Amino acid sequence: MPVRDYLRERFFPHMWCPGCGHGTVLNALLRAVEKLGLDKNDIVMVSGIGCSARISGYVDFHTMHTLHGRALAFATGVKMSRPELTVLVPMGDGDALAIGGNHFLHAARRNIDMTAIIMNNRIYGMTGGQFSPLTGYGCFGTTAPYGNVDHDFDVVELSTAAGATFVARSTTYHVIELADIIKKAITHKGFSVVEVLSQCPTNFGRRNQLGSAVEMLETYKKQTVPLNSKAAQDAPDKIRRGIFVEKERPEYSNEYKKMIRTATGES
Amino acid sequence: MSKDKPTYKEHRVEREWCKGCGICVHFCPKNVLALDQEQKVMAARPEDCICCRLCEYRCPDLAIEVICED
Repeated sequence: MPVRDYLRERFFPHMWCPGCGHGTVLNALLRAVEKLGLDKNDIVMVSGIGCSARISGYVDFHTMHTLHGRALAFATGVKMSRPELTVLVPMGDGDALAIGGNHFLHAARRNIDMTAIIMNNRIYGMTGGQFSPLTGYGCFGTTAPYGNVDHDFDVVELSTAAGATFVARSTTYHVIELADIIKKAITHKGFSVVEVLSQCPTNFGRRNQLGSAVEMLETYKKQTVPLNSKAAQDAPDKIRRGIFVEKERPEYSNEYKKMIRTATGES
Repeated sequence: MSKDKPTYKEHRVEREWCKGCGICVHFCPKNVLALDQEQKVMAARPEDCICCRLCEYRCPDLAIEVICED
């Protein structure tokens, strides 16, 4: 299997729980990379801290496992020094939007060419189930034993408002669609955001009585609809999937290079 | 028979990697897979496999590979 050529097989079986969606995100990501025919030496994966961030240990690219919430800051450094490399930044929902919220907003605003994948399991899984900015009102966590009073972000609206030039959402049930979206996000020149609804049966699922991983995937199947579809028209309350934003805007590392040429008088 | 239809060969399973979550078993459109006594996936009805590879794509443990000849 060509996909296995991109793995560090010596670290398998991986550390994620049985039925964790993060493994499926890794699976779809590798299929996207394989379809694009990218050389593993041309890819840099930068991750922060959390269950999601462990993904960088399992891929045989150039990888950096960095500080909590700071993956995009490290990735910005990589991209500015080696703009020819493909930069992938998988993050958890807490990693990207709580601790790393400001880095996320400004990376989107700058439109720096990298692919941010937000593996949204709605919880801090690794530390035992504390609520995150995507847990949502009324849901339960160890730090929300009577139900969460915080409302959640809409990642698509947030990324769009911050200026990301590619914004998409999919789930770990819709694997063919997910691999295709990640492929397009990687190809897009600019800051790409892919939100992936990824089940955490151990912490979020158990505390919210959502059942097994299989049942959580059934929920993704039933509660999401393709953007601009007949199904979406008929069900305004269901979660939209698909590509929400895909537009061109000057890219940061490219603009910076141009400015250096201007300042040094090189043509 | 369409000439494009792939021919099924086998399911290759990394038994050490499989954690028995049952996602592949539940979502297989042809009900080909089952968990064995050790809670590892196996092809119980391989003759029904249509090579859609959805088990391979959905597996969170990257433990399944469907071998087909195109």
